[in-house]
Amino acid sequence: MDLVNIFIRSAFVDNMIFAFFFGMCSYLAVSKTVKTAVGLGLAVIFVLTVTIPINFLIENYVLKEGALTWLGEEFSSVSLNYLTFIMFIAVIASTVQLVEMIVEKISPALYGALGIFLPLIAVNCAILGGALFMQEKQFATISQATVYGLGSGVGWFIAVVLIAAIRERIRYANIPGPLRGVGMAFLITGLMGLAFLGFMGFEI
Amino acid sequence: MAETTEVLEEKKVKVKEREPLFSKKNKKLISDPLDENNPVTIQVLGICSALAVTVQMKAAVVMSISVLFVLILANVTVSLIRNLIPNRIRIIVQLVVVAALVIVVDQVLKAYLFDVSKELSVFIGLIITNCIIMGRLEAFALGNKPWPSALDAVGNSLGYGMVLVIVSFFKELFGSGKLFGVEIFGNLAEKTGLYSMGYMDNGLMLLPPSSLILVAIYIWVQKIRNPSLIESH
Repeated sequence: MDLVNIFIRSAFVDNMIFAFFFGMCSYLAVSKTVKTAVGLGLAVIFVLTVTIPINFLIENYVLKEGALTWLGEEFSSVSLNYLTFIMFIAVIASTVQLVEMIVEKISPALYGALGIFLPLIAVNCAILGGALFMQEKQFATISQATVYGLGSGVGWFIAVVLIAAIRERIRYANIPGPLRGVGMAFLITGLMGLAFLGFMGFEI
Repeated sequence: MAETTEVLEEKKVKVKEREPLFSKKNKKLISDPLDENNPVTIQVLGICSALAVTVQMKAAVVMSISVLFVLILANVTVSLIRNLIPNRIRIIVQLVVVAALVIVVDQVLKAYLFDVSKELSVFIGLIITNCIIMGRLEAFALGNKPWPSALDAVGNSLGYGMVLVIVSFFKELFGSGKLFGVEIFGNLAEKTGLYSMGYMDNGLMLLPPSSLILVAIYIWVQKIRNPSLIESH
């Protein structure tokens, strides 16, 4: 039940895009057609579900104050917290690279679908933002962290596919010139964000 | 094209004159990103933080200064080592340079401005993946000398800061009736100033979606003033 709650919270209530604007740059860039949006959305789900548990382990066994106790008693007061950013971004960049190579080897079809999006993801704020929020929320177990990663990814996927569908439709609409393109995308996202506010305080 | 002709011209003049520090071209590097090539509204980069930290002007100003600091130093550093970076791993090299600078900013904020640092929470860390920084490193610093790179960094971070300050001005003024924490419209609890006439703050302005709508209006106004920026589709 707890896990379901975390999933629902991260996917709908604390939606990456509508509540925190994480990954807006790639969100606006790929949301011109549904097909590319689905591709990048799947890649984000995949990378978030893989990197958040890894970063959870690093946080709990290397970075946190007292996390190095497993090395010996004398390390119990060491805190490497100031290295958080550089560790997390290194993990993300190398995981993305690794995932790209593994996927290319094992499943060329999947690589064809996700391939060009994977390098983009290393610099997507949603991934680093998810890891930093994971650190802030202080999850107790690795399964909670994994579900949080999955939920955030699904939330991002939903948001990007929804807006891509809307943008495909409004291509044929007569929008005032200065609002065409980016301006309209911002307005639509704002309105969708208002709709997603309805999930606030939602719990199972 | 423009660059090749310049190179030819430079070759013609045997004794190359030193370019003045603030030549016309260099001034354009600063003024361009403020309006017709604004990183937020036209290039659509760095949106995440631009929208999320605009509830209070103080946070927005601190964020802009942090980005200014990180972008200038990152641009200059990458520009200095641009000929040493192997092309294949350049993204990781850039990420490490930026991450090191962001750690410095984060520690300084925690030491001297703890309340602002608490409010910005993860968004200071997210400067690492701020697309403006990666975008400028990729597009400019990798191919230019340190001085133009520094000017480019100043221009782009000022363009970014301008949008942040304008959006947060409206959000804080109409959302909580304050500017930099100073009450403008009077005190709500004591019913002074505008509140005595029944004025109410617009709570919606404090919520995330309003910054998206404000940026959309900003883009609208900017493109009405400069129709050459309108997208065909």
